[in-house]
Amino acid sequence: MLQPISVSMASLNLATLAPMLVVVGGALLILLIDLLKKNMDKTLYVMLAILVLFVDFGATLSLSVNERGFFDIVLVDGISILSQLLILVASMLFIPLSLTTSRFHEYSYPEFFSLFLFMVAGFQFMVASDNLIMIFIGLETASLALYTIIAMHNTEASLEASIKYFTMGAMAAGFYVMGAAAIYAVSGSIELYDVAKVFQVRMDEPGIYIPIVGGAVLMLIAIGFKVSLIPFHTWTPDVYEGSSAPMAGYMSIVPKISMMVVAIRILGFYIDLGIDSVRMLVIALAVITMTLANMMAIVQADVKRMLAYSSMSHAGFVMAALALDTTKAYSSIFLYYGLFLFTNLGAFAMLWISRRKNPNYHERYHHPYSKFAGLIHSAPMGAVIMAIFMLSLTGVPPFSLFWGKLYVISATVDAGYIWLAVIMGLNSAVAAFYYLKLVVYMFLKPPVSGAAEIAVNKSKPLVVIVGIAALVTTLSVFIIQPLLSYISYMVSVSGY
Amino acid sequence: MENILSVLVFFPLVAALLGFVVHEKSIRVYGISVAAIEFILSLWLWFAFDTSNGGFQFIEFIPLISDFGINYYLGVDGISLFIIIMATLMTLIGVIGLSVVKDLKNMIITLLFLEVAMIGVFVSLDAIVFYLFWEFSLVPMLYIIGAWGGEKRVYAAIKFFLYTFAGSLIMLIGMLYVAYVYHSVSGVWSFALTDWYALVLPLSVQKWLFWAFFLGFAIKVPMFPFHTWLPYAHGQAPTVGSVILAAVLLKMGSYGFVRFSLPMFPDASVAYITPVAIIAIVMIIYTAMVAYAQEDMKQVVAYSSVSHMGVIVIGTFAMNAEGITGSIFQMLSHGIVSGALFLLVGVIYDRRHTKLMSEFGGLASVMPKFAVIFGIMLMASVGLPLTIGFIGEYLSLAGFFKVSPVMTLLAGTSIILGAVYMLSLYKKSFFGPVVKEENKNLKDLDKKELGALVPLVAIVIWLGIYPKPVLVPIDNSVKALVSFMHEKAKTPEAKAIIKVSKSNKEAE
Repeated sequence: MLQPISVSMASLNLATLAPMLVVVGGALLILLIDLLKKNMDKTLYVMLAILVLFVDFGATLSLSVNERGFFDIVLVDGISILSQLLILVASMLFIPLSLTTSRFHEYSYPEFFSLFLFMVAGFQFMVASDNLIMIFIGLETASLALYTIIAMHNTEASLEASIKYFTMGAMAAGFYVMGAAAIYAVSGSIELYDVAKVFQVRMDEPGIYIPIVGGAVLMLIAIGFKVSLIPFHTWTPDVYEGSSAPMAGYMSIVPKISMMVVAIRILGFYIDLGIDSVRMLVIALAVITMTLANMMAIVQADVKRMLAYSSMSHAGFVMAALALDTTKAYSSIFLYYGLFLFTNLGAFAMLWISRRKNPNYHERYHHPYSKFAGLIHSAPMGAVIMAIFMLSLTGVPPFSLFWGKLYVISATVDAGYIWLAVIMGLNSAVAAFYYLKLVVYMFLKPPVSGAAEIAVNKSKPLVVIVGIAALVTTLSVFIIQPLLSYISYMVSVSGY
Repeated sequence: MENILSVLVFFPLVAALLGFVVHEKSIRVYGISVAAIEFILSLWLWFAFDTSNGGFQFIEFIPLISDFGINYYLGVDGISLFIIIMATLMTLIGVIGLSVVKDLKNMIITLLFLEVAMIGVFVSLDAIVFYLFWEFSLVPMLYIIGAWGGEKRVYAAIKFFLYTFAGSLIMLIGMLYVAYVYHSVSGVWSFALTDWYALVLPLSVQKWLFWAFFLGFAIKVPMFPFHTWLPYAHGQAPTVGSVILAAVLLKMGSYGFVRFSLPMFPDASVAYITPVAIIAIVMIIYTAMVAYAQEDMKQVVAYSSVSHMGVIVIGTFAMNAEGITGSIFQMLSHGIVSGALFLLVGVIYDRRHTKLMSEFGGLASVMPKFAVIFGIMLMASVGLPLTIGFIGEYLSLAGFFKVSPVMTLLAGTSIILGAVYMLSLYKKSFFGPVVKEENKNLKDLDKKELGALVPLVAIVIWLGIYPKPVLVPIDNSVKALVSFMHEKAKTPEAKAIIKVSKSNKEAE
């Protein structure tokens, strides 16, 4: 007869789960409200979502570092707290962007907001675990919610985007599972800390090299899909183009941060073990991604597609830091994404402000460059703010991403990869071309007739969000020091 | 006022932001007042400056990102003092002589932002703060060329931006490497120049770093073969853009050599004297020949400006007090003279909307005042004795003579070649009969233009005859620099070339 299982509450350490529980509870609350009372305005749900995220943020901040909970499946280390905070900040900035003047389809459903919160919970689970199955569950929860949210935009393009993303995502999930299986086959464990120990021991066995590296390669493919590294990027521009602008901005940040944390955990220990082929593979992918994505961004005719390629190139840039395996490099990843978050979300929010339901100025694109021609004359403030975002993405000081780039390149130099630093530098110079293209259109070209009013979607909440993003981007020099010392501390206590 | 450097940097910034409120109608007066106040502040800096002290003065130090060793660290010495004054002066002159009508407000505000960046570059003693201002200066200039330029303005503006940006990113990697070395030696991060000076690097490392920094500076100077952006930028830029570009922005590069390359990599600098000098000589002779072949007046001035920058580089790499002092003085004279020449070309362009020399001829009889001032500036550019151009050029070449007489001889052709293309320009446009009907009724200089040009003429002649008040503080700081380099240099060749010779000291 089976022994009754007894588990004490204390051993579960539910506090480690508190952030996710809060956000899941919030999602259920929104569903409940919808069930009980119909026809509530979207503002209610937006504000509720922000409040839930705010409590979540508090709960995450109060986590104590390096604890495990829930049968040791949940791991709260420094990088998991850091990435959860970044995810929450991005989410809090994202959700008010639904308060536009024009009405869009997805926001009329309360389910949108509850799906969104479930997605956030998924991402939080994903970063707060070193158990391959738990990571997978988090990944899939988040991804499935994300596919649905994209489709809810309810245009032909968004349905296409959703299907495309779903198919590619399924493939990525497949590779992930195969990778996990390969790792399990060699090590007999799905807990990464165990895996690392077994690998350490078995490293020198004859014939083991291929299975070990094979697992890493499969994982790398799955990660590559999600972070959209070239050559696994083909879905990115179309999906970005099909989804609403804020959603695209969100996708360029949150899923990538989460996947980056997973990559740090999985690829990190391979690199830590001194398996150089994995390191070289990551560097190669990073170099290919930033270079080719830059080339492709140059030829885009649509600003949103350009930003899609640009965020791929930024991901490649950060990916390079991952291969360096120093505390500074890992810190630079978080610093970079922390700054990138504001700038990129701001840029996409600017596109959102200019979004029309039925564009008549271009047969194919919602945001062709020509739409922004002469913006300095019609909307000087908007043009200046957009230019600030573009210059920041270029890496012109004193705007925020300059400091991110500086730190990433510095970490690269410290690790002895001068050639990589040079490639990164030259890539930044290439990237300057397409960011400047938009600046040139806004400032130096005469306005195109027929474009008429640009800021059709402008509303107070949107202006506030863009304002926050612009403020952080411009005055970032004053926040780098506290940010950096917090991040470095968090990363180093996690043992990276 | 101990924090006068911060005031100098941030006064134009505040003024630029407040400028958004000022009405379009009154913006010109606002711009002139702000630029004048800034100029007076910089003169005050000179007044308060201790000319007998060769080290950094008015130092300000505020930690910015202390974990990474980035500090708001400012200071000024004899080398940067006069470049700062020249920058504020040329901005003032540029604003006074401003002839654009379209979007005047945007232009003035942009110029003020540019002034922030220019002053910032010359006062920062922290590499990252230096880099910050250095890169930021591109943005206003991009806008000035792109918005008020000629037909191909967008192309010229982007080319200017991308060239400089690419070069300076390589320089940034160099800076990060130096910081890394400093960190591994001392255990703390620091980007402070004075800390970096103390760092003695092995020759092999110096060599790589020398080229990394060289690329950033050489593109800015611009040195052959990286000079191709400059003719475009000058050709398309509005007058005020060319004035600031030639007078101040190019000096950032040559200043960088003196501030970074020489004291940080003395051995590598000595090792590479020959290649650098050869590039500089090619630059002097080749661009002078190109200048002679131009049909457009502004292009002549643009190429002549590149050619004379070659002399500055030669002087810098003479590695002795005469040469470096001369090159810094030449930076000032080049700034004032080429700025004035661009202003003069702008004057004629405003009247006729063409810059082709073939369109003119006999201007001397129609516009006598214009012709006189043009003549003086032209002579100063060629380096006629008793003008400002002579002293810098002479000292630079005299300094380099100790290194290599043959190369000095070649570099000295700049004076002859300069005379050739400049005088031919003058002959074609100013002498002879007035051929074109349109030229017969051209207006001579008006009050605004005289107001911009006469002070420059006065300075050209004053410093040409009596350069001592400027030369002495420069010389003090340069001597300190040279003896520091001599101390620091490790290789015997470097010790031999970097001279703090006693004969020099006794001669004084």
